[in-house]
Amino acid sequence: MTAPASTQTVDLAARFPGIVTADTRPGYSGFIVEKDKLVEVATAIRDEFGYDLLTAVTAVDYLPEGKMEVVYHAYKTTGGPGLVFRVQVPRVDPIEVPSLINVYPGADLQEREAWDLMGIRFTGHPDLRRILMWEGFDGHPLRKDWKEPFYEEDAKPFKSRWPEGRHVMAEDRNPYKDNLKFPENFDPEKWIPDNDNMLYQSLKRYTMKNEDGLETDHIVVNMGPQHPSTHGVFRAAITLEGETIVGLKPVVGYLHRNHDKIGERNTFLQNMPYTDRLDYFNSMSNNLAYAITVEKLMNIPVAERAEYIRVIMAELSRIQNHLVFIGMLLNDLGAMYTPALYAFEERELILDVFEAVSGARMMCNYLRFGGVVRDIPPYVMQKIKDLVFDRLPAKTDEMDRLLTENEVLVARLKGVPVIDGETAIKYSVTGPVLRAAGVPYDIRRADPYSIYDRFDFDVAVRYNGDLYDNYLIRLDEIRQSLRILQQAVKQIPDGPINSQKPQYQVRVPAGEAYGRIESPKGELAFYVVSNGKPNPWRYHVRPASFVNITCLEKICLGAKIADFVALLGVLDIVMGELDR
Amino acid sequence: MDNEKLNLPQYDIPDDIQNAVAITTLDRLYNWGRRSSVWPLMFGLACCAIEMIAAQAARYDMARFGMEVMRPTPRQADLMLVSGTVTKKMVPAIVRLYNQMPEPKYVVAMGACASGGGPFKEGYNVVAGIDKFIPVDVYIPGCPPTPQALIAGLIKLQEKIDKESLKKVRWYRKGPDAVEIPVPILGPDLIDPRRSAEIKQIAAAVKEGAS
Ligand code: SF4
Repeated sequence: MTAPASTQTVDLAARFPGIVTADTRPGYSGFIVEKDKLVEVATAIRDEFGYDLLTAVTAVDYLPEGKMEVVYHAYKTTGGPGLVFRVQVPRVDPIEVPSLINVYPGADLQEREAWDLMGIRFTGHPDLRRILMWEGFDGHPLRKDWKEPFYEEDAKPFKSRWPEGRHVMAEDRNPYKDNLKFPENFDPEKWIPDNDNMLYQSLKRYTMKNEDGLETDHIVVNMGPQHPSTHGVFRAAITLEGETIVGLKPVVGYLHRNHDKIGERNTFLQNMPYTDRLDYFNSMSNNLAYAITVEKLMNIPVAERAEYIRVIMAELSRIQNHLVFIGMLLNDLGAMYTPALYAFEERELILDVFEAVSGARMMCNYLRFGGVVRDIPPYVMQKIKDLVFDRLPAKTDEMDRLLTENEVLVARLKGVPVIDGETAIKYSVTGPVLRAAGVPYDIRRADPYSIYDRFDFDVAVRYNGDLYDNYLIRLDEIRQSLRILQQAVKQIPDGPINSQKPQYQVRVPAGEAYGRIESPKGELAFYVVSNGKPNPWRYHVRPASFVNITCLEKICLGAKIADFVALLGVLDIVMGELDR
Repeated sequence: MDNEKLNLPQYDIPDDIQNAVAITTLDRLYNWGRRSSVWPLMFGLACCAIEMIAAQAARYDMARFGMEVMRPTPRQADLMLVSGTVTKKMVPAIVRLYNQMPEPKYVVAMGACASGGGPFKEGYNVVAGIDKFIPVDVYIPGCPPTPQALIAGLIKLQEKIDKESLKKVRWYRKGPDAVEIPVPILGPDLIDPRRSAEIKQIAAAVKEGAS
């Protein structure tokens, strides 16, 4: 069994009679808050009840009930289960909900996402622009009555494909013969594109006057979406005063592949391979997060042997992620290729293991609800043992010897501040960045899932919160992962690898579930709402990368432009997960 | 490449100057130079880009084929490896990059997404294949293609370059391919300027929401 679902540990309804009511719908938990009092209640949740980390903000469109719901998940950084609170508003435009950005600054980008995809206006949000799509896009695509241009049916399997398989190409069903949809009587000649005007407007507020009254113009530099060190198609619009960053806005969505919308058409199991493509370095961890979420909803146990296999795969994944992180960070700092080549050498060996068990190097699609899809063959088990007892510890030490004392690396990294613990919590930062800022918050310990409570390991933590600590903490975490792996390969029992029969279609009772894991990049969570049908009603990914860049503007202000790539680098973003 | 391959078969060169002289055509010489130094644009879109990096790392080592010099600027690149999902938001940037590359230029669509939309084809922000906008020379199947598949695809590209003739390549001819590709516009949906008139016509005929 996975960890128990978040239980109500506080009685919010008693504290706010008439404003807060307990959510009594079967399969749901938490509280419903009156819209007008949301900010007041959220402040109390943070200050009185101690839920200082707002991890997820998302919206659900309950079309049949005519309601829109915004769901908030808050946790304590001292550990323990979370608190779910929500606001329900009638589904009539304009849909307005007060913004929580002043209580939890970490809500910033997530509220923008809810505005973009669901069309919920967060009143009081200072910069409510679209985030994943562009300004001028028609409609809010995650609404249940919004249909994509290649729409066929609400839910898979489509009748045209199963059982008879006489489908028509998507292009042939669309009047434009392409993935396009325009408003009635639309005239492209008359269209005036936004051309990022709103983005540059939002940067304007940084223009300032000199003391002597001279108006100085800042330079706006766009880094990305095609830039060698932004780790994919990330873009930052940066205002510079000389070499110093005085304004910054992340611009994302260049890899927005509509995971949520596609996920709501898919059946539950069909989403498993899609999760691979979120954080494509760590498909195993993504699988794990999704599997435990749906298992929570289904309330099924996981086979004992499978639990160990899951931990082994997730930790191997963490090791190769952190190795590549170090290699890429050095790449960004100008040490072209050599450290990255060292990292990729070890990564290949770990990918060999993934390939042997799942059939694919990167897109493993390995977990199933209740277990895993295939057992580890004995020769692969031997390979894993060789890796975790001999090769990887030695190579980690080698990496350490090669880099940690390196003069150039120390000069570039030491003393360059990233973020302090308090600010990190405010901005909902999770993962190694939070721990390098002195907050020992690791979900494997704070809110244990799977079987992590059985292993003996330390939560890696560093206290300076500078770039150097952010580098060191990755080495620490590799060593801790190796400790877990060494115990896991010794303890793994024999037995079945799945508690359920293999099946294409699973029965998922109605309700909601929020499943979270400590992915190599931070908290990766899925929020799934089921209405008892074969497809999820709401499928939301709460990615670590996306929420972690909420603090990017904050941490870069005042930094030198040359350090920007390093600051972005230590956040360890991956676009597949960031943009989804 | 050794002289043997560069030399045209019908000419006999005396043994003693075999290493110094080759009799050949301009096409062969050009192609020989091009195929041996294909510099890709350092340009990753999605998951496939990670396999592209792996293909450059020690185990697969693309350098063996003269293709390891990744150029971050399009002005110095010969090859655009479209490695990942092409989204509507990104495609204007891709077309611009393509326009900025000097000729001769080649495009390889790596993976299912770049070739035809892949697993995300039905998504509202996804372009079903980069070939809707720019001409593609080689398609590599896979999701993601393994590094071996990528290298095989690039060798295919070399074979294609071997067969080129200066007289026939598209960038030296008049015609639609010779001009810059118009950059798509982000409207209520993605607008391809080459199809403006058609879009207007269809939009007038279709009721909104119909698909
Ligand atoms: S083809 Fe597959 S691996 Fe490549 S970008 Fe598309 S989803 Fe990712």
